[in-house]
Amino acid sequence: MADPILRLEGVHTHIGQYHILQGVDFEVPRGELTVLLGRNGAGKTTTLRTIMGLWKPSRGRVVFDGQDIGGRDTPDIAQGGIAYVPEAMGIFADLTVRENMILAARDGAPDQARLDWIFSFFPALKKFWSLAAGHLSGGQKQMLSIARAVVEPRRLILIDEPTKGIAPAIIENMIRAFQDLKRSDTTILLVEQNFRFASMLGDGVVVMDDGRIVHRDRMAALAGDPAAQTRLLGLSLDAHQ
Amino acid sequence: MLRTLLSDDLPKSRVLSVLLLVVFVGLAVAPFAFPGAQAINTAARICVFIVLVASYDLLLGYTGIVSFAHTMFYGIGAYGVGLSLFALGGGWGAIGLGLLVALVVGVALAFAIGLFSLRVRAIFYAMITLAVASAFAILASQLSEITGGEDGRSFRVPEILRPGFRLFAEPVLGLDISGRVVTYYLVFLAALALFLMMLRVVNSPFGRVLQAIRENDFRAEALGYRTVYYRTAANCLAAAVAVLAGCLNALWLRYTGPAVTLSLEIMLDILLMVVIGGMGTLYGAVIGATLFILAQNYLQKLMGAASAATKGIPLLPQLLHPDRWLLWLGVLFVLSVYFFPTGIVGRLRRKA
Repeated sequence: MADPILRLEGVHTHIGQYHILQGVDFEVPRGELTVLLGRNGAGKTTTLRTIMGLWKPSRGRVVFDGQDIGGRDTPDIAQGGIAYVPEAMGIFADLTVRENMILAARDGAPDQARLDWIFSFFPALKKFWSLAAGHLSGGQKQMLSIARAVVEPRRLILIDEPTKGIAPAIIENMIRAFQDLKRSDTTILLVEQNFRFASMLGDGVVVMDDGRIVHRDRMAALAGDPAAQTRLLGLSLDAHQ
Repeated sequence: MLRTLLSDDLPKSRVLSVLLLVVFVGLAVAPFAFPGAQAINTAARICVFIVLVASYDLLLGYTGIVSFAHTMFYGIGAYGVGLSLFALGGGWGAIGLGLLVALVVGVALAFAIGLFSLRVRAIFYAMITLAVASAFAILASQLSEITGGEDGRSFRVPEILRPGFRLFAEPVLGLDISGRVVTYYLVFLAALALFLMMLRVVNSPFGRVLQAIRENDFRAEALGYRTVYYRTAANCLAAAVAVLAGCLNALWLRYTGPAVTLSLEIMLDILLMVVIGGMGTLYGAVIGATLFILAQNYLQKLMGAASAATKGIPLLPQLLHPDRWLLWLGVLFVLSVYFFPTGIVGRLRRKA
């Protein structure tokens, strides 16, 4: 297994009086796509938000490329090379598609070759380049949210349920985009409920339940073990195909 | 050329373009086209308020910051130039010194308020600014030996800006180019330059980040932007422009006092102008300020004429009596909010 770019060591996160993450330990190997699975309310989104500094861990360490980023502010973490695609299509609705992309490019001008690469997967973004992002459809907003995260090479991309409520045709494009990203050695931590999508892309898999990690494996192994899927996720791959 | 001047932020509506052109031409030729003291006073007030309202929109409409301290910065500008001219006499040096001191004080105050209180929730920030602005108004009123208290201060301005001054021996297009006319064009050109500068700011990468923060500050932070720095910078910039608007107002009135700069009533007027014109669009400041000030100055006259014209009809002349102009101004405001919830500019742009 490749060396980890991200390591969570006994991470606890409280949101108000609620103890959401209760000692999360796992690693994200460099250059791989790791899928974080689990039922609703297991703590997957809180894990991503804790890595991103949007929630501060109350205990434990979040080690990114050898440095503990657990107490750092979100902008520092983002500037360190972690991109975050939130679950709720984190776009800026009043800004145009172009302005959304420029915001994500740190030097203010997205690289044209990179843009062309993005447009090859998400042509709608090129078509609606000067339109306010709030006027895009749900799928197009999700495309924009992902495109913004990859407009510049990042060291780690955190993606929260990109297929939620998205049409199958767009999901196929997403799969192609993520496969291409993987080929360019981008490290991705993907939270996903769609097991078929996850199993087609994932190298490694981590399963959460009740704020803890309950299973770590290679994705190929879990995909080939319907009994483990049923036990861990209450489903089997067959049921989703 | 025009596209560059407007920083690529065109009106995007034919009706709006015509309205803006009418306002621009109207203000540009006001001393020639509308003779009389009231007309030129109204035009100068519109110029000053376009700058003041646009700078407030930079805060409220573009960054999502609700502040009640904007008139305080306006007052700092007016008092800075006013007290300097009062103390040092009517020279350009006094204006420069007053302007500089006012800018430093205004920006330092905005920086301190921003850095210490922009981390708190919007409603608490609004309350803090209200408290600071009230304290400043009380201070200006109580330090009467310096500020003139409630009476304020009248002062002399440089020779070329005095009413008795004549720029040319002969009238130009039938108008004597007096110091008032020169002052008017100073105010007009300064307002135009400041407005175009703000257009540039809101259409710059900095402006885009402000809009992103307004929409969702967590998302902006997740992209690597330190929202508190950007908010503080916007606060300082808006304060600096309000200070400059205050300076222009002082030069025009040759007087400064709490009633014309620091009162809460002016703050409410600014809020109404932003809402009527449309938040988050600087052109809204132009439309909002123009309509509001025209209504403030001419609604009473208009109602007097309407009341006289409807003499024979029962009830109507009483309803349209000039003394009830504030009631009708209120009705106009309610109607404009009802029919244009995104402001006049927002509505026109959506229609286009």
